[in-house]
Amino acid sequence: MTAIFEHFNFVVVIVLMMTGLFVVFATQNMIKKLVGLSVFQTSVFLLYISLSKVSGGQPPIIDKKDLHGASYPADGGYDAAPDSAYQAAEVLYSNPLPHVLILTAIVVGVATLAIGLALVVRVREVYGTIEDDEINKIDYNENLEGVAR
Amino acid sequence: MMEGFTPILLLDMGLLAMLVVVAFAVVRLRSLFAIVMLQGVYSLLSAAWFVSLDAVDVAFTEAAVGAGISTVLMLGAMLLTEREAKPVPFQKQLGPLFIVTIVALAMFYAVGDMPAFGDALSPANSYVGADYIAATKNDIILPNVVTAVLASYRSFDTFGEVVVVYMAGLGILLLLGLNGNAGKWRAKPNGQNITGRKNTAEQREDKP
Repeated sequence: MTAIFEHFNFVVVIVLMMTGLFVVFATQNMIKKLVGLSVFQTSVFLLYISLSKVSGGQPPIIDKKDLHGASYPADGGYDAAPDSAYQAAEVLYSNPLPHVLILTAIVVGVATLAIGLALVVRVREVYGTIEDDEINKIDYNENLEGVAR
Repeated sequence: MMEGFTPILLLDMGLLAMLVVVAFAVVRLRSLFAIVMLQGVYSLLSAAWFVSLDAVDVAFTEAAVGAGISTVLMLGAMLLTEREAKPVPFQKQLGPLFIVTIVALAMFYAVGDMPAFGDALSPANSYVGADYIAATKNDIILPNVVTAVLASYRSFDTFGEVVVVYMAGLGILLLLGLNGNAGKWRAKPNGQNITGRKNTAEQREDKP
């Protein structure tokens, strides 16, 4: 039970990923399929980002008193950090590397989504429908695949 | 582990519960408008969880790109195509359900080997990430480590990402064209007039 509690992020993210995968597999409608793919993709982002969390950490933006060689004004501009809790202790940051990976993945994801939606619009121009099984039927009836019969 | 029960953990679990509800609603619904809007809600909820997970840069990118641009693109595609998804018969859902269950069980089996949530000493958090934080303090004047890695240490990666976005834009132009006729034009493959869903049944009856 403790294991499940310590890994609750993985357990829930697996459920979310499988929900997205189920939508991709089970629906015939191409736009709903793409929404399922999007849900799946966002769940993978959640998996990566939840791996990078350090409990008690703060966002990976370096504390101003940790910065060396910074061009910030020595006085004025900002006041000294009022909270004394961090003064002695070393500041703990969450892991920035998965954040960078996922930032790239989000932008690439929306690019592929746009291409997929453009393909769906083209499919609709040719077949008049975006349901997978109806497209298969039309393919068979009109012999669009060019199979000799 | 119960002594680690904090309000933040409660917030995490609340956001995850809402994500599960939204994902299940996407499975159940048939109106494409509702599905697309729920996808936007899903992205926004995950962006909220990213803030709780200290990934502020990812959070505002997800809120802008995932909840904003993706939703607009999907609404546009929906307007050019259809408004409602056809219901899927139950027996056609059993196969996907079986596959998804098997994959989920395999992944649950592996969960025990993963590091605990928030573990500072996990392999993922120990070596390279810590090195980047340490190096950024001395190398780069920006305090934001994510920006430093994205734009300096791994700038070729980011350049590749820009190329991917350019290629996607080019691909959409080639697929849909610039004449503003996308979605309204009817193609005639092999000179045949395919009229779509309404006439599919009678066409099928014509042919043996």
